[in-house]
Amino acid sequence: MHAAISIENISKNYGALQALNDISLTIEQGEFFGLLGPNGAGKTTLISILAGLATADSGHAAIMGADVQNQFREARRMLGVVPQELVFDPFFTVRETLQFQSGYFGIRNNNSWIDEIMANLDLISKADSNMRSLSGGMKRRVLVAQALVHRPPVIILDEPTAGVDVELRQSLWQFISRLNQDGHTIVLTTHYLEEAEALCQRIAMLKQGKIVALDSTANLLSQYGSVKKDGEGKTDLEDVFVNIMSGGTR
Amino acid sequence: MKPILNQPSISYGSGFPTLLRKEVMRFYKVAFQTVAAPVLTAVLYLMIFGHVLEGKEVYGRLNYTAFLIPGLVMMSVLQNAFANTSSSLIQSKVTGNLVFVLLAPFSHLEFYAAYVLAAVFRGIVVGAGVLLITVWFATPLFEHPLWIITFALLGAAILGSMGLIAGIWADKYDQLAAFQNFIIMPATMLSGVFYSIHSLPAAWQVVSHFNPFFYMIDGFRYGFFGVSDISPWNSLAIVACFFILVSVVALRLLQKGYKLRN
Repeated sequence: MHAAISIENISKNYGALQALNDISLTIEQGEFFGLLGPNGAGKTTLISILAGLATADSGHAAIMGADVQNQFREARRMLGVVPQELVFDPFFTVRETLQFQSGYFGIRNNNSWIDEIMANLDLISKADSNMRSLSGGMKRRVLVAQALVHRPPVIILDEPTAGVDVELRQSLWQFISRLNQDGHTIVLTTHYLEEAEALCQRIAMLKQGKIVALDSTANLLSQYGSVKKDGEGKTDLEDVFVNIMSGGTR
Repeated sequence: MKPILNQPSISYGSGFPTLLRKEVMRFYKVAFQTVAAPVLTAVLYLMIFGHVLEGKEVYGRLNYTAFLIPGLVMMSVLQNAFANTSSSLIQSKVTGNLVFVLLAPFSHLEFYAAYVLAAVFRGIVVGAGVLLITVWFATPLFEHPLWIITFALLGAAILGSMGLIAGIWADKYDQLAAFQNFIIMPATMLSGVFYSIHSLPAAWQVVSHFNPFFYMIDGFRYGFFGVSDISPWNSLAIVACFFILVSVVALRLLQKGYKLRN
């Protein structure tokens, strides 16, 4: 069985800036995986390489065994990406947006699936509304729906809850957790570490283009458990994150 | 909700027809701006120049208004084909929604074909609109319809490809406007839309022969009147070569992901 995501020795430079430095990582099918790091750590660059939005200077990456460059059609069909920015096409309605996205992947007559996704994301009442008229939260739901129209087994969410209210965050996580329970591999980047702690089975932390920690969430918490500065209370992922990013090791 | 992974295996086709449809819908949704407005502009040109130069003859037998019509039609075809690809790409780049196309499994050839065919379609729709209205002022002869169609399609495809190149290259609207105002507009205006190059001084006639737009307009006009400044076969050869050149450049940029996948 292929790994959901396989990354081997990926490096990427933007001029003098080394965005990724010899990254290797394997994410198995069905995992809920967290990719954490401060701004500029290389998370979005890594996602861009997996999605074919950027090309690695060296190394290889594959989605469900399909190389993202040489077998880009297969790789992209296996991958759904929810981008970080709230981007939308102002010419079209929600339904048209989803129908076009489905058609881009060459899937025709996909209306029943599109209706089902919209129902699950509470978008039915907005189906015929122009994208411009939606609130930020609704636009975020459409982004999630767009990532799912071609039924990808691997879903990457790049900071999907940035700027989203509590209610939507909770309903979004319920929905994503169900997808994971149904067998989807989920890769999440977020700055809300409590979300990552609650949802992710395994976590990689990036710093300046390198993986500085990679383990199960439970192991990371126990390994860095005694470093809480006040010596009281339960250690959470934020403590672990701060300790690792400040250079602490165990 | 049914688990996605338990769905029956999906049969994937090409995304090209959807991208083409989306690009056509994009200009159709604002047809007042993208079709009606350029038709009105062309009609105003015809009314003003036709009135000012009333009584003047071209090629020794053609009334100036009739001579002007094919030039205006072709100018509208070219400018609107360019506008379709260039505006679509720059808007998608600036607003960020190009990511949805880039995430999909399009080959560079499918991407190119969808954008350029939509541009050809818009160019032909606007050109047909201009022709339908301007024939009320003077009726051109339609002597060689096949030449008319050939040059209209090739001209629109060339400008659609140039619009794609400009849209890929430009990062901001003013860069695209510079491309349009300092390259496309002068090349169109100085291509013989409003005059036969035989009416120009010898030096400017030579300069005109370096303008590929001249051959598009001249060959197109030959289809209407059976008369042109140079042989339509020569024009066809030059226009076809230029089409291949701009297509190769556009395809190469798409294949490399220049300013798109970085």
